[in-house]
Amino acid sequence: MSHAAHAEAGHQTSMGLDSRKMAFWAFIGSECLLFATLISTYLIYKGKSLEGPFPHEILNIPFTSFSTFDLLMSSLWMVLALAAVQRNDMKWAKVWLMGTAIGGLIFLGGQVWEFSHFVEHGLTLQKNMFGTTFFVLTGTHGAHVAVGVLWLLTLWVRAMQGKLTAKNAMTVEITGLYWHFVDVIWIIIFTVVYLIQ
Amino acid sequence: MTEPTGLKSWLTTVDHKRIGKLYFWTAFCFFLVGGIEALLIRSQLAQPNSHIVDAQTYNELFTMHGTTMIFLALMPLSVAFFNFIVPLQIGARDVAFPRLNAFSYWVFLLGGIFMNLSWFVGPLFHAGRLSVAPNGGWFGYANLTERQYSIGPNIDFWLLGLQILGVSSLAGGFNFIITILNLRAPGMKMMRLPVFSWMTLVTSFLLITAFPVITVALVFLMFDRNFGTHFYQVSAGGDPVLWQHLFWLFGHPEVYILILPAMGVISEVLPTFSGKPLFGYTVVVYSGILIAFMGWGVWSHHMFSVGLGPIADAVFSSTTMLIAIPTGVKIFNWIATLWGGQIRFDTPLLFAVGFIAMFIIGGLSGVTHASPPADLQQTDTYYVVAHIHYVLFGGTVLGLFAGMYYWWPKMTGRLLNETLGKIHFWLMLIGMNVAFFPMHFIGLLGMPRRVYTYSPDLGVSTMNLVSTVGAFLIAVAMLVFIWNVIRTRTAGKVAGDNPWHGATLEWAMSSPPPVYNFAQIPTVHSRLPLWNEPESVMQKAPTGPIHVPDGSWWPMVAAVGLPLMAGALIAHALWLAFVGAAILIFGIFKWGFEPFEV
Repeated sequence: MSHAAHAEAGHQTSMGLDSRKMAFWAFIGSECLLFATLISTYLIYKGKSLEGPFPHEILNIPFTSFSTFDLLMSSLWMVLALAAVQRNDMKWAKVWLMGTAIGGLIFLGGQVWEFSHFVEHGLTLQKNMFGTTFFVLTGTHGAHVAVGVLWLLTLWVRAMQGKLTAKNAMTVEITGLYWHFVDVIWIIIFTVVYLIQ
Repeated sequence: MTEPTGLKSWLTTVDHKRIGKLYFWTAFCFFLVGGIEALLIRSQLAQPNSHIVDAQTYNELFTMHGTTMIFLALMPLSVAFFNFIVPLQIGARDVAFPRLNAFSYWVFLLGGIFMNLSWFVGPLFHAGRLSVAPNGGWFGYANLTERQYSIGPNIDFWLLGLQILGVSSLAGGFNFIITILNLRAPGMKMMRLPVFSWMTLVTSFLLITAFPVITVALVFLMFDRNFGTHFYQVSAGGDPVLWQHLFWLFGHPEVYILILPAMGVISEVLPTFSGKPLFGYTVVVYSGILIAFMGWGVWSHHMFSVGLGPIADAVFSSTTMLIAIPTGVKIFNWIATLWGGQIRFDTPLLFAVGFIAMFIIGGLSGVTHASPPADLQQTDTYYVVAHIHYVLFGGTVLGLFAGMYYWWPKMTGRLLNETLGKIHFWLMLIGMNVAFFPMHFIGLLGMPRRVYTYSPDLGVSTMNLVSTVGAFLIAVAMLVFIWNVIRTRTAGKVAGDNPWHGATLEWAMSSPPPVYNFAQIPTVHSRLPLWNEPESVMQKAPTGPIHVPDGSWWPMVAAVGLPLMAGALIAHALWLAFVGAAILIFGIFKWGFEPFEV
């Protein structure tokens, strides 16, 4: 990977930090603005629906608490995956990478179930302001999780092929940054949308 | 180490200098397109009750003129200089992510083509006319842009085109932030960075923070128009003013995205042609940062006529007046740089001084908008058109031309002709004042913007004719510039390494620079290395072979996926969306796994 080549060629960066990692932090900063806009819009339109279903009628907190717990756990598995890669323990790295991806898939499965359940009960994108803002906000987050799952599975395949080693730890670290960020955003969405109705 | 040639070498290039040239020529073509749109607008307005174009075409012309000039001409012309100049100024071999840089360019090119295709594809949509170009103004106010009021694909081309261009801007923003923070030559501390590189950094931060906001606003509009949501629809409890807030929350930082690079350019030109360092370097840098921060706190001054209430009006009025302070500070610093200098009135300096003079006029009319009672009289009149053209044409365009004349010898190895340059400058300066100054009065007398014609009873016919003459003078000035460029290719004076006796690192090497930039990365000990320590930073012969990254097809391949996905939404073809997504993902994977050494 280019980073490894970069480091091996003996290039020093001005800040002493890996360029890809810095770029990723900048990306996360940019993503914060993206989600801030989405969440603000949700809050602005809270209680503005002219007809139901309203949030308190339809949101299933116990179910979503399970999804949230699952996503939080997947962040732990991501940490374990990175630690395994860093000590070049590729057996456990594969286990935890796949575990994290499965955690993400379970979350996405929960979201699919939740969305279809809502649609069955009459809450669609078009139904009211709650549907409009809820689906676009949580859908955008879900798309981020899906990208993360694709990324994790790619790393897992690379690991299975023996092409992922401790030299690529930075790649896994950046994947982790993304994954944790998506997780933190979910905590905010869970709090704002589900817990504070 | 020798530079490859041929079409393939350009399509796969990851060299920041070549990408800079690609950006320059593409943006320059779009600049001409936007200029032709302006000439059509001015031809229509030359006389009252004119019928050169109909109302519908006029709507498309002013929408595409604004959108093209901002997103396809001025921003990418600035980015052309970011690309070509910044790595040279900071002492780097390339940007931090060369392939991401190529991706930015291809996405920009394809996004621009995508949006302009709308001029020709009307028959595909049974529109009954050739063009289905965007027609809702460059600000695209809801609820005019909702499907109910804009049935055709016009607005879809606009919002999807802007989404594509946003990807390019975001990618470029990340790249230049990391390049400037992380790839500086040894000794190039932050407070030794040339001001142009500083302003590139500040602009890049604005890009990565402002574009997510417009992205979400456009996603909302896309969903409203195509998937039946109600973000901006009053009938279901939505609010069209949300669009205005989100748009201007992006739109005002965008104003500084347009002007800060030009301010950076003239902060390089003025010291060089005055033969003395920039007056108050630190203050100029901090003012630039302060302008960027404060640019986030003034957006509602675009919305005084909405009626946000006295408290909001008072707050945004005050912040808007405050932002004039760091701007004024910069102007005084530039003037003080000239003061007592060994001034050489070469063309770059003329444009830089023109920038200061015109930007002051634009800045002053801007301060008048800061007062809500005055603004209510000015909103949606030609007065505002006069203001934006003094800051964006008198400011950004003159600043960018200063950069073109200044860096042309570095980019091509030849100096643009000085006589033609001076003719160009004076024609352009006179032309823009003839074109835009009467608009102040036209506006105050009550002529609204964005209306395709006016009545002779309004008493603005003569001034409109004068304004049109000015617009054509600008066109003549552009022809002089184009002639100068063509002539310079063969007959231009060979520049040498440092024709202007500049102080910054880009002048330490041959013109045009070798593909690897620096044979040996220099160590910098001061802010003005070529004035203070030329022997330690001047280009030395390479000691051995220098590694230059190979080209890559994949940034371009990945970029092709985006307009296909956008086209899928307009064509209502789900399969095309999957094809586009597949190409994008395929391109990214190939890119991620190809052997590539920086």
